[in-house]
Amino acid sequence: MSIIENPDVVNSASRRGFERHLKVENVSRRAILQTLGLAGGFVLAAPLLSRPAFAAYETGAGKMPHGTVVDPKVFVSIAPDGIVSILAHRSEMGTGVRTSLPLIVAEEMEADWSKVRVVQAPGDEVKFGNQDTDGSRSTRHYLLPMRQIGAMARSMLEAAAAKRWSVPASEVKAVNHEVVHSASGKRLGFGDLAADAASQPVPAVDTIKLKSPKDFRYLGKGQVSIVDLRDITVGKARYGADVRLPGMKYAVIARPPVTGGKVKSFDPAEALKVSGVEKVLEVKGWPWPSKFQPLGGVAVIARNTGAAIKGRDALKVEWDDGPNAAYDSVAYRAELEAAARQPGLVVRQEGDADGALKSADKVITGEYYLPHFAHASMEPPVAIADVKGDKAEIWAPVQSPGGTREDVAKTLQIPPENVTVNVTLLGGGFGRKSKCDFVLEAALLSKELGAPVKVQWTRDDDIQHDFLHTVSVERIEAGLDKSGKVVAWRHRSVAPTILSTFAAGADHAAPFELGMGLVDMPFEIANIQCENPAAKAMTRIGWFRSVSNIPRAFAVQSMVGEIAHATGRDQKDMLLELIGSPRVLKLASVKDLWNYGEPYESYPIDTGRLRRVVEFVAEKGNWGRSVPKGHGLGIAAHRSFVSYIATIVEVSVDDKGKLTVHQVDSAIDCGVFVNPERIASQLEGAAIMGLSLAKYGEISFKNGRVQQRNFDDHQVVRIDEAPLITNVHIVPADAETPPSGVGEPGVPPFAPALANAIFAATGKRLRALPIGNQLAT
Amino acid sequence: MIKVKINGQEQSWDGDPSLPLLWYLRDELGLTGSKYGCGQALCGACTVMVDKEAARSCITSLSDVAGREVTTIEGLHPTGDHPVQKAWRQVNVPQCGFCQAGQIMQAAALLNQNPKPSHDQIRDAMSGNICRCGCYQRIENAVHLASTGV
Repeated sequence: MSIIENPDVVNSASRRGFERHLKVENVSRRAILQTLGLAGGFVLAAPLLSRPAFAAYETGAGKMPHGTVVDPKVFVSIAPDGIVSILAHRSEMGTGVRTSLPLIVAEEMEADWSKVRVVQAPGDEVKFGNQDTDGSRSTRHYLLPMRQIGAMARSMLEAAAAKRWSVPASEVKAVNHEVVHSASGKRLGFGDLAADAASQPVPAVDTIKLKSPKDFRYLGKGQVSIVDLRDITVGKARYGADVRLPGMKYAVIARPPVTGGKVKSFDPAEALKVSGVEKVLEVKGWPWPSKFQPLGGVAVIARNTGAAIKGRDALKVEWDDGPNAAYDSVAYRAELEAAARQPGLVVRQEGDADGALKSADKVITGEYYLPHFAHASMEPPVAIADVKGDKAEIWAPVQSPGGTREDVAKTLQIPPENVTVNVTLLGGGFGRKSKCDFVLEAALLSKELGAPVKVQWTRDDDIQHDFLHTVSVERIEAGLDKSGKVVAWRHRSVAPTILSTFAAGADHAAPFELGMGLVDMPFEIANIQCENPAAKAMTRIGWFRSVSNIPRAFAVQSMVGEIAHATGRDQKDMLLELIGSPRVLKLASVKDLWNYGEPYESYPIDTGRLRRVVEFVAEKGNWGRSVPKGHGLGIAAHRSFVSYIATIVEVSVDDKGKLTVHQVDSAIDCGVFVNPERIASQLEGAAIMGLSLAKYGEISFKNGRVQQRNFDDHQVVRIDEAPLITNVHIVPADAETPPSGVGEPGVPPFAPALANAIFAATGKRLRALPIGNQLAT
Repeated sequence: MIKVKINGQEQSWDGDPSLPLLWYLRDELGLTGSKYGCGQALCGACTVMVDKEAARSCITSLSDVAGREVTTIEGLHPTGDHPVQKAWRQVNVPQCGFCQAGQIMQAAALLNQNPKPSHDQIRDAMSGNICRCGCYQRIENAVHLASTGV
């Protein structure tokens, strides 16, 4: 099989990648206009709403590809029996979004949640608005639009009842799945009103009235379980690999062991001898850097997955390793360290950090190394495709159903309208499933074979061919005056950029990477300089939950611990002193400041909120409590995805170096929130993921090849090493504080809080992750 | 020809006897509740019971289970109300949910053998089951709840 290497396809895919994940402002405007044109006036786009009427805050939702769609006729339908179906247009990967967004609609429309069914929307951004489920932005971007949709539906039901009773609409009210006319005592269920309500005009957004938060039945309460809970516990929940089609073939693919490599030759004879194997064929890959396109390789097609895996084990392939064959993590680390010890591209400058460091009474230097991380979601990538002629139907666990649809269309060279992307549940995502290479493999194989095909990645495939979290050296020099006050701060951050996956030769961080913990560093210091030396990528770099915030928060918050120790201060007091006065950062020297795509007026960097979350966790987590001998407490705080988080960790290390995490307290200020129970589960999970990456999280290369394969040599934290207690504390917020991210912000502060706690317990300062055997004496 | 009883039903297989049980369940029988996570008995997502004991179906071949009785998540309880399943729902354990069938089967097998496990025994018995979302605290609480009566 050959994939035509059409430069237009490659280029447009590249532009699409940038459009979706970098800030391109013109896209959404065009998309919104198209949406309005196509939908005949029923579709309203939130960014065009008259702001004073309802939007207490603006978000970046309108600048996402295809913007936002606010239309009850798209999202809500009511059956004559009263069952209300609400569309979930975002992907469920464990955050609870498939429950939370429909719950918002149900709240506003006065639907009874027990009579609501959630229906998963396919990928269609023209119809549903942006569907990229990443960046911790679903609630942040959709709280207000979903409330508006619910309120419109409620208003239509009320209008239908008023008409039926010939009373003014102002005299009727929707209450818990009925509309009532209190003067006459008349009432009608939503099912009875469904047909009439559907024929009512959709009210203009500036005429609807949102519920008062004091009347909320569901929002902010945390008493509604996720809609898939029962199915998950009985084995009925449907993930990507659980889809079965008549005549479906099962495929696994041998991919080049070095990123950018390709097949030189292969011998299918032994593979074809395996019982159940039907066919072996080549899958050509895209040239490096391959964006979201397949890596290429040799596919083994069989009657079941087990036979396909066994066939692949028997397959003989000779590879051309290509341009990255020399990638070696030991050598690469030395290169990054050398780069971090030289001046680099200046990306933030206040005062004269170089001069102030020279004249400082004392300079504390910390050089921190964080390796590549793999996503390793429990469900490895998997996709089913059924391509017939110029039509394609996909079933896949994708975070980006809209982008996947576009990419499938481009790859098969068919119109996007001919592609249906059905979104299954995701068995974890963490950013991996935003990249649809595995779907494109299935689409190409189905086209070639003329049959439905499931492509299953094994765990080895997943670990060895991931879009990895970057690898970085973060070097911070802090200059102190005689009194111990920090007067200078220079942070050099050097790491291969995500841009390198889209553009050959990209070697400096994009604004969105710089804005994740480097240039937005919130400390009140007179002389600050941030630099970004160049780094060349030698594998596919992608976004991993929390992205560049992980290495930056590790470095910055570890440095706070180092300064506290050097000056004999309490860690929390030191942290608050460095954060300084409550203020909004100006950051005038930063070009293209990344604020997670949000308008700065709605979501400024507010050190008052950062201080408050530190004080909140210190109070709730009992900072400064006396701990047993051999135990230590550590603290760290970080703003990311426009939320503020602080974490306290208590550890002990025994004389053999065994680390025990006794207690974790995390506090989050994420503005107004929908489901505190899911916020707690996200932060509990973030502590586990933070601990995993701190203890074990390393993907390393030798001769261009990933050295890890599975959960034996790439460990993740198991239940017997989990924190004994994790407490989550949510900073109360009024309804006017814009909602902010939850899925990702919990991870970055964990590792530095842990490192600070280990230092407190043992006197050992960890400057490189993973911890590995560094604690063994 | 291999004969095996799965969730109470007799099945027979005349293909490759070394085929892992997991793929037989999922791809040949359509019992997709048991999940593939690693293929090497490292993560526990594929956990089923073979004659009431937890087994990793990804490395258990069909010849290993010839003449034996296999229970999957679909067959754990006729209405899905095994105490472990009920406890899982009460504690709101899952995030993405992908590993939970394996976790539940492992927990049910543990309670078969040890109806009142201590916290250390729970953590020990469940340590072969990875949850990447990090639901461990709730898993531990749910197993404890199931053991004390839901």
